[in-house]
Amino acid sequence: MADFEPVLLRRIARKASPSLDAYRSDGGYRALQKAMHELTPAQVVDTVKTSGLRGRGGAGFPCGLKWTFLPKDHPGPIYMCINADESEPCTFNNRILMEEDPHQVLEGIIISCYATKASTAYLYIRYEYGASTRALQKAIDEAYQANLLGRNILGKDFHLDVFIHRGAGAYICGEETGLIESLEGKRAWPRIKPPFPAVEGAFRKPTVVNNIETVACVTHIMDRGVEWFKSIGVPPDPKNPRDAGSYGPKLYCISGHVNKPGCVELPLGVTVRELVDKHGGGVWKGRKAKGCIPGGLSMGLMTEAEFDTPLDFNGPGKVGCLGLGTAAVTIFDEETSIVDVLFNICRFFAHESCGQCTPCREGTGWMFKIMDRFRRGQGRREDLKILEEVGDSIGIMPGTTICGLADGAGWPVKTAVRKFRAEFERYIQSGSKTQSLQLVTAH
Amino acid sequence: MSFLSEELRQQILAYVPRYPSKQAVTLPALHLVQDSLRCVPLEAIRDIADLLELSPAEVRDTMSFYGIFRDKEKPLGKTRLWVCRGLACALREGEEVLAEVCRKLDVHPGETTSDGRITVEFAECIGVCEGAPAVLINDAGRANVTQDKVDGLIEELRAG
Repeated sequence: MADFEPVLLRRIARKASPSLDAYRSDGGYRALQKAMHELTPAQVVDTVKTSGLRGRGGAGFPCGLKWTFLPKDHPGPIYMCINADESEPCTFNNRILMEEDPHQVLEGIIISCYATKASTAYLYIRYEYGASTRALQKAIDEAYQANLLGRNILGKDFHLDVFIHRGAGAYICGEETGLIESLEGKRAWPRIKPPFPAVEGAFRKPTVVNNIETVACVTHIMDRGVEWFKSIGVPPDPKNPRDAGSYGPKLYCISGHVNKPGCVELPLGVTVRELVDKHGGGVWKGRKAKGCIPGGLSMGLMTEAEFDTPLDFNGPGKVGCLGLGTAAVTIFDEETSIVDVLFNICRFFAHESCGQCTPCREGTGWMFKIMDRFRRGQGRREDLKILEEVGDSIGIMPGTTICGLADGAGWPVKTAVRKFRAEFERYIQSGSKTQSLQLVTAH
Repeated sequence: MSFLSEELRQQILAYVPRYPSKQAVTLPALHLVQDSLRCVPLEAIRDIADLLELSPAEVRDTMSFYGIFRDKEKPLGKTRLWVCRGLACALREGEEVLAEVCRKLDVHPGETTSDGRITVEFAECIGVCEGAPAVLINDAGRANVTQDKVDGLIEELRAG
């Protein structure tokens, strides 16, 4: 197969200028012209629905379908929230899109707002992404000057304001209703659903929440058409009537113990092995991989033997992972202790649980404390059973929490224990200790 | 008599037309105050509440949820240096970099150097994983800050 020609990273790969003029001379805002001059908003929604585009933020919900949940003929306002809170550990694809090709992102936002009849878009960017914030603010300013934002865009009866809203360092703001609460100036406690944001979202009005990469894909679907989009990726599994397929290009992040960490754009469905060997330069120091996290921490762990799993929306589930997630693959080599890896993961979720639901607040804390005990040489074999039990019983799926953070906290724990049980048992029995950096935290 | 300067008050009020509710200006207001004063004192919380027609308790509630904001007891230094301890960085000596920074500056994570120049924090993943180990200087990421680059970084921040 010939090498895939990047689309989302097309301009970024050749370090094209992020300015409006340069973007336009590369065909930028052609898709917006086409959408606004040739199609009604309903036709744009239909096009995106037919393309099979699924959300790139982690859950993989069909984007066009999400838009159809907005109430018909609503007097407005309808809000668009763009989720740029990219906080899933090991994920950085949206940062690259925003920093290096902000107009591509902005064009996708404008088309998505035209389709959904949103008159205000809030771009919720995590605080840590200062460079992204500045690049997008510049792009927004340029767009207002060029009548691509504001009143009567391109001479039509379409008005849109885009505002950047900076986050404040909380992982939970990536959850769509957590994001909305945060936008409203409150603690980012996710809401009980239903009602879903499409019916009652930001400021109690119908709201769409879409990821950066998702709206960037919308631009290219408008520009190149549905057939083009569907010629890339993996069609639905005929044996699974609920499968919506995995169409289109995807940005894969590769990090950890590889020679060439980075972000590559490939058709959905590439395997971990191909990512590591062909695009990540192989495992570092001539070592072998022990395993990876295939889609951000929340999706669970894969062993090296599972590296031939295709990373589409269905593949990771077949080896017990939660899903594709953010398609951010982090490799750890054979000399890395699985105890250290899981300790790091549990510490993250214990730190980032928002505290609203007791099973998550307490469960993530217990799992972290158990991992901490392991590393002090005080692990007990029955702790493995407790880890599995907690991992199985916190989250939306068992029905004990409001949002999916807890599912994501439990999944790596139970997959790690089940897939690397022998190593955990050896560690506990040998009374090993990890020379922990005893940092006292002042807050 | 308000605690916040007229300039800061105007900067906060400039955000009001962006949102259908004044409460939505809470985070922008907290950022503006902290950027300017290096912390958010109780007096500032009262002023923000006054400007946004909220109870000070509501502002304080939101502020306390986000680990990023500091009260008057623990103001930030001139530069805030976050060292990432996320998985991708931890696999490439991120934790060792954090320990090295703390040792060299004689602080624990969360503390500020005695000259008030640098506040050190640990960060959960900052999204610069292709350049692990990475740090964040205020809000700007910097890639490949390995242990041997810590001395140079500290020197740069002290001079800056």
